[in-house]
Amino acid sequence: MASLKEFRDRIDSVKSIQKITKAMQMVAAAKLRRAQEAVEAARPYAARMGAVVGNLSSAMDGRPGAPELLVGTGKSDTHLLVVASADRGLCGGFNSAIARKAREEITSLVGEGKTVKILCVGVKAADQLKRLYASQMVDVISLREHKKIDSTIAADIAAKILAMFSAGEFDICTLVFSRFNSVISQTPTAQVLIPAKDSLGDVAGAPDLGGASYDYEPDEEDILKILLPRNLTTQIFQALLENVAGEMGAKMSAMDNSTRNAGEMIDKLSLQYNRKRQSMITTELIEIIAGAEAV
Amino acid sequence: MAGKLQFSLVSPEKELFSGEVDGVDVPGEEGDFGVLPGHAPVMTTIRAGAIIIADGGEKRRLFIRGGFADVTPAGLTILAEEAVDIADLDAGKVTEDLRNAEENLRDASTNEKREAASARLEYVRGLSEAMNG
Repeated sequence: MASLKEFRDRIDSVKSIQKITKAMQMVAAAKLRRAQEAVEAARPYAARMGAVVGNLSSAMDGRPGAPELLVGTGKSDTHLLVVASADRGLCGGFNSAIARKAREEITSLVGEGKTVKILCVGVKAADQLKRLYASQMVDVISLREHKKIDSTIAADIAAKILAMFSAGEFDICTLVFSRFNSVISQTPTAQVLIPAKDSLGDVAGAPDLGGASYDYEPDEEDILKILLPRNLTTQIFQALLENVAGEMGAKMSAMDNSTRNAGEMIDKLSLQYNRKRQSMITTELIEIIAGAEAV
Repeated sequence: MAGKLQFSLVSPEKELFSGEVDGVDVPGEEGDFGVLPGHAPVMTTIRAGAIIIADGGEKRRLFIRGGFADVTPAGLTILAEEAVDIADLDAGKVTEDLRNAEENLRDASTNEKREAASARLEYVRGLSEAMNG
């Protein structure tokens, strides 16, 4: 049986762990609020960008000379999977969920006989995927040195992807990230980035022009040449922001759980400690009384 | 034509302006153009420069860099890569930035640095022109 001192020490150490998890929870809550604001502030741009690309691509539909970024290379042999995760742990199953989604994608693509390349943004998913797919890993981009996610990071990543695309290193690019639904719910999502027409989904569709025809300055092709890379950046940026918000949400609930667990543990230990103390006092009393009677 | 133009200016970080105005002057890639309510649908790229939002006799100027203007019957949308309200700018700081940018360009040792410096210079120069113009 542990001595009373050991119990006290354990209670103390659980208490300090509880303080740390509590502090982390509050930090995550503060960061979450900021991240959520950033996601919401960035949404109008992404939505309008999607609408504009949708407009243009429906105008270009079926025409020859459409850029490959929009319609694809015509092949689907090599896939590039961009896996965006957090750079830090202690956020519950957040990173594992992204890595699992990526693994599912990879398994199904490999099953179809495709070649898969992986580009990791954020080291945590990379750590998990490295064990299985080290040879397919093209690069790992860490976000650790960036305090805040801004569009230049997304632009750098997009530039990298574009360079690979124009070098013909892949045909289809898919982004895996975690969509932020709420503090307690994030959905790992795979989204096609290239070809762009497959990523539009339901936002596509020309608006009602009331009989007028669209003018393009310069012409559609030139605009698309500028617009598509920008669109790529925007989508990556949006995904990174959603990830940060999701990470903070997951971290907050994970730390909340830990704090509660630590509280339960303290209660249990205190109970044991008190029982032990009482039984020791009782034993001592019995000894004293027995001694007094013997005299 | 009566009525107002629904105008929104968004940058990747946030929505800067959204509302109804009388008209907007936009620095298009192939020349400046004004957008009034009921403008024909146009989609164009934008060069760095000032947009002028006119509403009720008041004019508000914003400096934007790179992006797209999309005019639909529903209104005008500008997707800017970067946007700054000119009223928020400090003349002294811009002049200083301009000098720094010029110096950086002179000192640039590699091609890569030179490109970055010249892009920066172009941006700051546009900013100062928009301010004084």
